[in-house]
Amino acid sequence: MDHKVSYQRPNEQGYYGRFGGAFIPEMLHPNVKELQERYLDIMYDAAFQKEYTELLRDYVGRPTPLYFAKRLSAQYNTNIYLKREDLCHTGAHKVNNTVGQILLAQRLGKKRIIAETGAGQHGVATATVCALKGMECIVYMGEKDIERQAPNVARMKMLGATVIPATSGSKTLKDATNEAIRDWINNPTDTHYIIGSVVGPHPYPDMVARFQSIISEETRWQLKTKTGSELPDYVMACVGGGSNAAGAFYNFLDEPTVKIVAVEAGGMGIESGMSAATTRLGKPGILHGSKSLVMQTEDGQVVEPHSISAGLDYPGIGPLHAHLFDSGRGTFLHATDDEALEAAFQLAKLEGIIPALESSHALSALKQIQFKQNEVVVVCLSGRGDKDLATYMKAMGVHSNEVTG
Amino acid sequence: MSRIQELFNRKNKKILNVYCTAGYPELDSTLEVMKALQDSGADLIELGMPYSDPLADGPIIQESSSIALKNGMTISRLFKQLKDFRTDAAAGGAGIHVPVVLMGYLNPILQYGFERFCADAEAVGIDGLILPDLPIYEFETEYGEIIKKHNLDFVFLVTPETSAERIKKLDSLSSGFLYAVSSSSTTGKNKEFASAEQYLQKLASLNLKNPVLVGFGIRDRETFEAACKHTNGAIIGSAYIKALSNSSNVQEATKEFLESILTEE
Repeated sequence: MDHKVSYQRPNEQGYYGRFGGAFIPEMLHPNVKELQERYLDIMYDAAFQKEYTELLRDYVGRPTPLYFAKRLSAQYNTNIYLKREDLCHTGAHKVNNTVGQILLAQRLGKKRIIAETGAGQHGVATATVCALKGMECIVYMGEKDIERQAPNVARMKMLGATVIPATSGSKTLKDATNEAIRDWINNPTDTHYIIGSVVGPHPYPDMVARFQSIISEETRWQLKTKTGSELPDYVMACVGGGSNAAGAFYNFLDEPTVKIVAVEAGGMGIESGMSAATTRLGKPGILHGSKSLVMQTEDGQVVEPHSISAGLDYPGIGPLHAHLFDSGRGTFLHATDDEALEAAFQLAKLEGIIPALESSHALSALKQIQFKQNEVVVVCLSGRGDKDLATYMKAMGVHSNEVTG
Repeated sequence: MSRIQELFNRKNKKILNVYCTAGYPELDSTLEVMKALQDSGADLIELGMPYSDPLADGPIIQESSSIALKNGMTISRLFKQLKDFRTDAAAGGAGIHVPVVLMGYLNPILQYGFERFCADAEAVGIDGLILPDLPIYEFETEYGEIIKKHNLDFVFLVTPETSAERIKKLDSLSSGFLYAVSSSSTTGKNKEFASAEQYLQKLASLNLKNPVLVGFGIRDRETFEAACKHTNGAIIGSAYIKALSNSSNVQEATKEFLESILTEE
């Protein structure tokens, strides 16, 4: 292992290379400073680790299987393993982080939890752990997303959360995040903000990456059992903000033989003006408290991205990923809306697994790489596709009322 | 001596600083609004540069920013508008002589080029900057020197949650004045202002090198007077933007609003 450079961790100021930091107004300083000073001590306290590990096992259902996808592998003439985060409680990897952060919030003495959500997966995962711990939960969600993601809104409400529509700006994830940050500014003492991705001011990117790193920690020993080696040739994951990718890559980042492949949402095509491929379309900038690659106009106004998958529909990317891109450690590919759909149907038919649209982007990139027959490829299957059924039905040319009515 | 220091040397009580958004209500009303503010008795103007994601601002100022962006406001456009704003009216300029600080978020400035931004601000006659998302670390390691080189004052924010030690640090890095946020909130929140008194007294007792102006939640004569009691003055933003939004006449609305703040009953 190369001990000179670690791609895993930011420096003391929260920088990964030239990306990261904490660009926050003074009003947020006490909350962010408290987190910066305490997150590592709390997270690596023995009692915390015990409770976190037990919850991951008994409540989330970890370890999640590492599944050898035989028919999919035959298709690409290689050895593809799916890391089944779709089998986590609540249906996606998001809960790994919310379980960790709710325990952290308790230890910080916070009484009230806020979160932002786009498609609603992180909102559901947050509402879930708030119910588990009996804490007040407020989820900010763009007005447009509330309309588009009614089932997840209902789930959050059933779990006891208050869902507040973000009505400013473009009324989507970016604005929900702004509203959550404003809530935090207005409630500086009793509230913890559970950010759902590896974005935000330091220490959030590092903290969320550590909570998600369980994905690659398990992958290593599972691979050892199945293939005799802890190290695959490739690890692939989709990237919006980048939390499942951060978790899937984390324990391989400092293993130079492992190729890291991040797959962004190409939307309707890179040049279409309807895309969310931040490394292709973004420039260095500051969004939601950290310096990273940001999709923006020439005048530095943040633009609204597009992806068929609401979880990838974010105009930035975590600073860890911006650094992987910048340094060349990671390869960044993209899949369009149509390609992701195609990959979803392919997995459903070949393996009997209906993936989330987000994860389908990672699957779609399989066809862009020339694998060797003996190579081992791990794809992070970050979530299950139940939430995307309406989109899948539309793609099948079936109107939802014909199926459900 | 900077224009802001001159102001405080001349007058150090009841300074009225009014916030307006560049390009609001109309793209080309920036100077008209600033002139109306000066004519109606504002001592200082905080000119906001609109941004798509203004984290520290509440709904009223954000809405004015959205409208300004829709109007086509950009930093380049703003510097064009400001080109002759210091020139006397008789010579064809806007004749604005009160100090003006630009308030904005870092991202659009980085895209414009930070040094180019400071140079252009200095060239047109801007006096200082308020950039709420530029933290101490970045200021000290990268941006502070550029700001100083272009003779711009830089104003940090402090809040009721800021420790005395940190207030002193922020004061030492600031020049022009220190911006005391009256409560931990975004702009335009009507929290009970009376609770701020203790905090403002604490600020007064710290022997800070800069004058202190209070902002957030100042909306009428009563809150203005309360803010001025222990400090050098106050900043009004959302309440003024609201007054502008309810009127089609910038001059009348501005005159009426400032009179309501400044006139003894």
